[in-house]
Amino acid sequence: MSDAASGGSGRASLTRRSLLQGVAAGAGVAAGSGALTGFPTIWAQNIKDITLVHIGGSYAAIKEIGDQAQKDLGFKIEIQAVDPGTQLTRALTQPKSLDINNVDATQLPFLQGKGVLKAIPVKDYKLWDKTVPIFTTGKFPDGREVSNQGYSPIKSCFWEDASAKKLATKPTEFLTMIPTLFNADTLGIRPDLVGGREAVKTWGDLLDPKYKGKAALVDYAPVGVIDVVMALEARGELKYADKGNMTKAEIDKTTSILIDLKKQGHFRAFWSNFDQSVNLMASGEVVIQSMWSPAVTAVRSRGIDCYFVPLNEGYRGWSVGLCPMAHLTGLKNDCAMEYLNWFNSGWQGGFIAKQGYYSPVPETAKKFLTPEEWDYWYEGKPAAVDIMDPYGHLMEKKGAVRDGGSLWEREGRVVVWNTVMDEDRYLTKRWNEFVSA
Amino acid sequence: MKLSPALASWLQVGPLALILIVFFGLPMLVVVAASFFDFDHMAIVPAFILDNYQDIFTDEVTLSLYLSSIKFAVIVWAITLLIGFTVAYFLVFHVQSLLIKIGLFLLCSVPFWTSNIIRMISWIPFLGRNGIFNQVLVGAHIVPHPLEFLLFSDFAVVVAYVHLFTLFMVVPIFNSMARIDTRLIEAAKDAGASRYAILREIVLPLSKSGIALGSIFVVTQVMGDFFVVKVMSGGQSASVVSALSNEIQQLEYPPAAASAVILVIVVVLMVAGILRVVDVRKELAS
Repeated sequence: MSDAASGGSGRASLTRRSLLQGVAAGAGVAAGSGALTGFPTIWAQNIKDITLVHIGGSYAAIKEIGDQAQKDLGFKIEIQAVDPGTQLTRALTQPKSLDINNVDATQLPFLQGKGVLKAIPVKDYKLWDKTVPIFTTGKFPDGREVSNQGYSPIKSCFWEDASAKKLATKPTEFLTMIPTLFNADTLGIRPDLVGGREAVKTWGDLLDPKYKGKAALVDYAPVGVIDVVMALEARGELKYADKGNMTKAEIDKTTSILIDLKKQGHFRAFWSNFDQSVNLMASGEVVIQSMWSPAVTAVRSRGIDCYFVPLNEGYRGWSVGLCPMAHLTGLKNDCAMEYLNWFNSGWQGGFIAKQGYYSPVPETAKKFLTPEEWDYWYEGKPAAVDIMDPYGHLMEKKGAVRDGGSLWEREGRVVVWNTVMDEDRYLTKRWNEFVSA
Repeated sequence: MKLSPALASWLQVGPLALILIVFFGLPMLVVVAASFFDFDHMAIVPAFILDNYQDIFTDEVTLSLYLSSIKFAVIVWAITLLIGFTVAYFLVFHVQSLLIKIGLFLLCSVPFWTSNIIRMISWIPFLGRNGIFNQVLVGAHIVPHPLEFLLFSDFAVVVAYVHLFTLFMVVPIFNSMARIDTRLIEAAKDAGASRYAILREIVLPLSKSGIALGSIFVVTQVMGDFFVVKVMSGGQSASVVSALSNEIQQLEYPPAAASAVILVIVVVLMVAGILRVVDVRKELAS
């Protein structure tokens, strides 16, 4: 590949060679740039001495992605997967220990005004006009408005100005983050233990007495409570003005119902990590629960039927992105911007698609998926071939159909987003009371 | 050159004192100081306020957390004491050969060759609804349906604690029992004492220091735990430290520091109580 590239246009390659010093780096860069369009774009002597530290949750901060970026861009990327608490603490108290903060949109309210993040001028991000409109205009491609309950993409994507002090909650010229993946979550069920995939149709089933002692929730208030609130609303027990931003009174009513349910033994467990959610489901301790899409996959890969069930009331959506840290300057800052532009150029989108996540720039991800994979993951069509995960393991057999259908059949039905409420502290306090009741 | 006695003593206490000051005293001072700080959304503000303590003492959750932790501590202490005492008694007084004695003693420590987490997690598939134990019970028609209370319950928490901490009871009790002069027991036998009388009048009083030390290990570990409670109760029970760790996760350091200070005081009182019943220094010196 590197020979082909250098043979193609002698002068450019020669310059690249002499600048980049070192055959290995040169070969990697050339190989990568053959596959992608126009990377790297920074030509500096000392680019290979640059290391960007990228931290995020294990579902997004994936080593393989960093390795590929390193190959394509010629500088080092160090990926560190950490839990959300550590991530927030480090970003706030040791901001210089990281360069790229791979945040869940709900972390942004805690990071604003602390001087740790840098605004990204829209004009510096090359793929903004190709990004799906839920991020750019707050609308679905069919023109409908995206639900604004919770931290919708439009609420979390923009700073008021270049100072990165305050979220604008509407489009401006300054991005808080480059959105890198998004998805729609719902409940996971064990079809074999609840009477089939069709047995669960509504969020209300999460609190249905027939699943007493066999239901579980994620022990993370901002997400767990939304799952419960969806269920309570579906059962007609409570109505909420804004599920994404509940009042103290609404939080109180919700918690007291929850505590009653807990005392009756409705919940089998509260899980706090991915692994626990997989084991609860795989062992049959639990038949219906809060779940993430890759956890459903992990249960299925053990040969146990598990289903991310599309529900009448719609989905709970979320998004994740990359924020450059405020301390970046000079060449390192250029490299960070280069990395952000690389991130959605396709390779990453193709990789995470095979975990069930969507790229905010689907057309680039498409280039890194086979037509059959694209049809399965994005179009909701039956798999024309066996579907593999990013690491090449069998995930779904030929003929399977993705739960919920195509990208917009799923994402278009998001009714509430992962959130941080104004009464966040109060919610956490009441949630802890519930868990320890 | 001959060191003066005073200098020699200072040199002897020096290293330990230094370690205690640097790694315990100073951090503890920082925690105490932080417990009086104020904080707003995600930032700590140096101040001197009592709000953090006031919140702890006015919140009813605090009492239920302490009651729950103390309940676990007492149950686990009683069970580990019974098992620990019995095992140590057997090893010291029933096993005659020194070689077998040491061999069996080492056997007690075999589970410790794997990590705490593995030992605890392995209870989950064993006790689960479709776990091995329930399969046996249902298969043998002892119960009609799998028992639900075995996992993700207080029962599961106690099982894991006992499994994890019994050795901490066995070792010190074994140690103090091994130092009992066997001639005392022979003399008691000759004087016509029953086995039970020997146990009550000789073995138990002379093992007191071991029991006290073991109790301190077990009680402080249970009071300071949050991981076992969280995992084995399926997140359904909380402990003092799990509440504290929630606060840390939300970067609420001052209230977490205040909880830590209160917990230290409570645990120190519990240890002091144990030491008041048994004067370990006197027992060890004799």
